[in-house]
Amino acid sequence: MSVLLIAEHNNKDVKPFTLNAITAASQIDQDLHVMLIGSKADDVAKSLSEVPLVKKVLHIDHEIYENYIAENYTAAILKHADKYSHIICSANTFGKNLMPRVAALLDISQVSDIIKVISPDTFLRPIYAGNAFATVKSNDEKKCITIRPTSFEAAETTGGSADIEKIDAADQSENTKFINREEIKSDRPELGTARIVISGGRGLQSGENFKLITDVADKLNAAIGASRAAVDAGYITNEHQVGQTGKVVVPDLYIAVGISGAIQHLAGMKESKVIVAINKDGEAPIFSVADYGLEADLFEALPQFLEELNKLNTIQK
Amino acid sequence: MKILVAVKRVIDYNVQIRVKEDGSGVVTDNVKMSTNPPDDNAIEEAVKIKESGKATEIIAVTVGEEKAQETVRKALAVGADRGIHIKVDGTIEPLAVSKILKKIVEKENPDLVFMGKQAIDDDCNQTGQMLAAHLNWPQATFASKIEVNDKSLQVTREVDEGLETIEVNTPAIVTCDLRLNEPRYASLPNIMKAKKKPIEQINASDLGVDTNPRIEHIKIEEPPKRKAGIKVASVEELVQKLKNEAKVI
Repeated sequence: MSVLLIAEHNNKDVKPFTLNAITAASQIDQDLHVMLIGSKADDVAKSLSEVPLVKKVLHIDHEIYENYIAENYTAAILKHADKYSHIICSANTFGKNLMPRVAALLDISQVSDIIKVISPDTFLRPIYAGNAFATVKSNDEKKCITIRPTSFEAAETTGGSADIEKIDAADQSENTKFINREEIKSDRPELGTARIVISGGRGLQSGENFKLITDVADKLNAAIGASRAAVDAGYITNEHQVGQTGKVVVPDLYIAVGISGAIQHLAGMKESKVIVAINKDGEAPIFSVADYGLEADLFEALPQFLEELNKLNTIQK
Repeated sequence: MKILVAVKRVIDYNVQIRVKEDGSGVVTDNVKMSTNPPDDNAIEEAVKIKESGKATEIIAVTVGEEKAQETVRKALAVGADRGIHIKVDGTIEPLAVSKILKKIVEKENPDLVFMGKQAIDDDCNQTGQMLAAHLNWPQATFASKIEVNDKSLQVTREVDEGLETIEVNTPAIVTCDLRLNEPRYASLPNIMKAKKKPIEQINASDLGVDTNPRIEHIKIEEPPKRKAGIKVASVEELVQKLKNEAKVI
């Protein structure tokens, strides 16, 4: 049987995490079909069909899918799920919201947030905020899986030519209505996929002081992250939060500034390739995961850091 | 309006988790246990709604071993009116919990069911959505703001892109984010009063729900340790190391 991946998109573009999930799904079974549920999303169907790992695109096009509502998506998926051994999507807020609803109606015990495919029924997943790894085997006949996107490479996006098959929509839920989405537009790289992330914590002391972080981010073409404490204090908006209940990031370079390093924050960043911690408290737990620790007052260190970066002839982008 | 709030007993969020040497799980003996943090937000929100006059009764429910009752007792101490404890031994998966909760919902007929968006032990993030599916109710997950109207809720959800607002008709399920509110502490008199509030005990086996795990835990292990890093003496040294040693900038 084939595997079915549910694509996340905005009717114009495929969301990047779907490409990571495609890589993971193809490790389960190479006969990978991608379901695109949207409204006037022909461009998305076309780009998905060009992903070499994708064997077929199932396109459901209806105006009721203009906005993503889990209830409506679930009905559409269930209508076409019986032919598949696995139903898969990314473990971000999109997939976390959607997949359990699908799994429950199929009477499947979902395997959430896998970081490795060991075999088609056995997976590795972090538990306790990444403080333990569990090898789990699903004994359900059919499986519902969500993928931690940062644990898999993004799939190639060109060179493929999968068929696009139009399939039927399902009924619309009367009980859920989309009102609006406040999306913060930014020219910076996305937090989840950026090569460099610089994050600020409570040590920044105010929203205005985050400018010290943004100045360095501009120089390094980095995404901006934050600890929960900084978001709760209102220094920065929620979509920047890194941690167990926020986003998980695995950049080449993670710079933690004024972040003490609670277990819940470490859960979101400790797989980063290189970690830098800048904190004036030499005992802060963040230093235990840092490759390079600088014990210093961030209000002096960050401007100096920017100055030193300005002296470099080249900076990798 | 009646609100059912589901709470779970987990290892306290401040405890450094230790993995058992035989790979069978994590150490729970003599480890501090608490209510799953976002479940505290779920209780708090229900209490606030009741205080605003829009709800008449709050029922706290938990599924778990004998000691899981403590989480219900704590919910009673901050404002829930009565409790239900569904007793089950051993591991229970979100799918089975959601089926048990469905039975309780059918018995109690609440207008709203609240719970935390995710338990910090298994990090599954499933139960609320699964319960909504079983009941064919709308779901509002990862809520950071809830506005209660006559026959609907307006819920602001924390999503990857920022904030999303949806409207769901009641009855509905809401899973709560940590930013929804600031949970209160129970006062001593309220803790004493809570001891007199009723907790109904039900055996999961009497509900006719299959609670056998479908997922086998083959091995629990420690994650790979990071290599110990170094402290640098100055910003200049840091930049040089990043440029020439780590080669990341």
